[in-house]
Amino acid sequence: MTAVAQPPLIEGRRLVKRFVGSLDLAGRIVARLGSDRGGWAVHAVDGVDIAIAKGEVVGLVGESGCGKSTLGRMIAGLLEPTEGDVLFRGRPRSALRGSEARTARLAVQMIFQDPHASLNPRARIETIVGEAPHVHRLVSNEELPAYVDEMLKRVGLDPALKRRYPHQFSGGQRARIGIARALAVKPEFLVCDEAIAALDVSIQAQVINLFMDLRAAYDLTYLYISHDLGVVQHISDRIAIMYLGRIVETAPAEELFRSPNHPYAQALLAEMPRIAPGKRTFHPIRGEIPSPLDPPKGCHFHPRCPHAMERCRLEAPLLKQVAPRRLSACHLNDA
Amino acid sequence: MSGREALSPTLEVADLRTHFFTKAGIVRAVDGVSFEVRAGEVLGLVGESGCGKTVTGFSILGLVDPPGRVVSGSIRLKGQELNGLDEAALRKVRGNRIAMIFQDPMMTLNPVLKIGTQIMEAVRAHRHVTRAAVRELACNALARVGIAAPEKRLEAYPHELSGGMRQRVAIAIAFINKPDLIIADEPTTALDVTIQAQILYEAQKLCRETGTAMIWITHDLAVVSALADRIAVMYAGRIVEQGATSDIITRPLHPYTQGLLGSVPSANRRGARLAQIPGLPPSLLAPPPGCSFQPRCPKAVAECELAAPPVTEPMVGRQVRCFRPLVAEPAAS
Repeated sequence: MTAVAQPPLIEGRRLVKRFVGSLDLAGRIVARLGSDRGGWAVHAVDGVDIAIAKGEVVGLVGESGCGKSTLGRMIAGLLEPTEGDVLFRGRPRSALRGSEARTARLAVQMIFQDPHASLNPRARIETIVGEAPHVHRLVSNEELPAYVDEMLKRVGLDPALKRRYPHQFSGGQRARIGIARALAVKPEFLVCDEAIAALDVSIQAQVINLFMDLRAAYDLTYLYISHDLGVVQHISDRIAIMYLGRIVETAPAEELFRSPNHPYAQALLAEMPRIAPGKRTFHPIRGEIPSPLDPPKGCHFHPRCPHAMERCRLEAPLLKQVAPRRLSACHLNDA
Repeated sequence: MSGREALSPTLEVADLRTHFFTKAGIVRAVDGVSFEVRAGEVLGLVGESGCGKTVTGFSILGLVDPPGRVVSGSIRLKGQELNGLDEAALRKVRGNRIAMIFQDPMMTLNPVLKIGTQIMEAVRAHRHVTRAAVRELACNALARVGIAAPEKRLEAYPHELSGGMRQRVAIAIAFINKPDLIIADEPTTALDVTIQAQILYEAQKLCRETGTAMIWITHDLAVVSALADRIAVMYAGRIVEQGATSDIITRPLHPYTQGLLGSVPSANRRGARLAQIPGLPPSLLAPPPGCSFQPRCPKAVAECELAAPPVTEPMVGRQVRCFRPLVAEPAAS
């Protein structure tokens, strides 16, 4: 740890996730009779490299079905990658054993979108927040109640409410409970998957401010997954844009919004609803997002891309450096 | 188009009150709402969940179910009073003179009927048209909302279409009888950014072309700022402020509007703390005394707790419900 550059806190290398469906009875009979129809396979994540340095906030943006949640879950350790590896402090997580593996897992926590589904409706919030530090013996039994109080206070909840159940809280308060639960095991890295998408605007602002306060207080690193460009622009240092299982562009937030490189990034930023006086005419990009069951050949974006050429239909572009700290996957950059 | 009917508004809502009589007490979901929409105009009705914006839309169409009831007020469509009409008369209005687009297109579409059947049904419920003519109408309607190969799509079932496609079909159905007014309730909230832009584009184009008035109900200020001519901001069952879109966005008069604008990340400097509104929206069962925003309001004074502020018109075309409206204080941009 001297002059050598520190390895990124967390890194995904050539991450691939395929969800493969098995054939039902009718399908197996047809297959036996010589049909070449195999089971289906969704390439949710298709060879993604991502590295996140300590203290950085990386925003991961994309539309539904682009694989951003699957990527987040692989990085959080909730899903095993089909191929590739997740490295924690430069070492493959799958190679870690014993207490090292435990530390690496606890250091990465996840905050979920739906506070209804991610909180046990039958557990009091003191149990929800206190269970993990208790199980992992991070705090002693005597200190646990005070520790839970501190966590609740930290996220702006009144510890006097800790004997209540999740349904007795509002959506914004439930989001805070989810954050307190993640913080309780003293993580270094938080994966936030659409953590505030279900909340009202005024409550969203409260939770965004909380995220920024916590980052400063605990030196946290975030992977912030969202479809909301406004929120991502606000809190991220660096942004990665995904389309159909691949990252098409990564860049520092300000530079990306100033001059997006990839045609999809350009389209996405142009469609972003902004508060601005004066009516605006929308010039939407054509077409729909293709199904990840049967993605287009070559560059996944070519059927909707205004600049598509012959090469885009045949060959998938690689993520290449186009400027310092900026990567983009588009054949136009080679011209 | 605009000059001909500029004098009388398409829809006039005056002092509308819709209350729900529940076991726990009376919920005043809509409590004295007044606004107008003119032909070809888009009114953005903005507010957070539970503020009564959807119930306002349902009240106009007479769709409020028990224990809810429109208690008082007047809803006039081109001069005709709708409040108090019987069910048969309302059926002639719904889907014909006023159409609604819902957040979830699956609420509009019947999953076991073909798209074509559903579009044609909407026409034939109100007019006698030959089978061939109605089919052509349906085809044109689908083509107008940007659906490719409409002839083929008429034979499709809703589950065969994507979310964005379904919403286009719902919009095609809403526009097919050339209604005077369309009420769109969060129609793009469930859609992705690029698909949302396509839907906004179609809605904007159709309103301009047909002169239909539109009420666009949403929680998303960014969407209405680009789409609406005028904005009405609702809080706890009341419209707290209304006026021309650009005025509201650049110079909000009500502290709640200012708070909402400050909460939107894209309107703020990157990385800066958002000007959040403290606290939670009040329960409509037991609203706070006086102005319902007063417990969360940074500018509240003693008088705010005593009585609800009346509607004032500090400038032409601007209405605000506040004792201490903000004066010429530009929003963060």
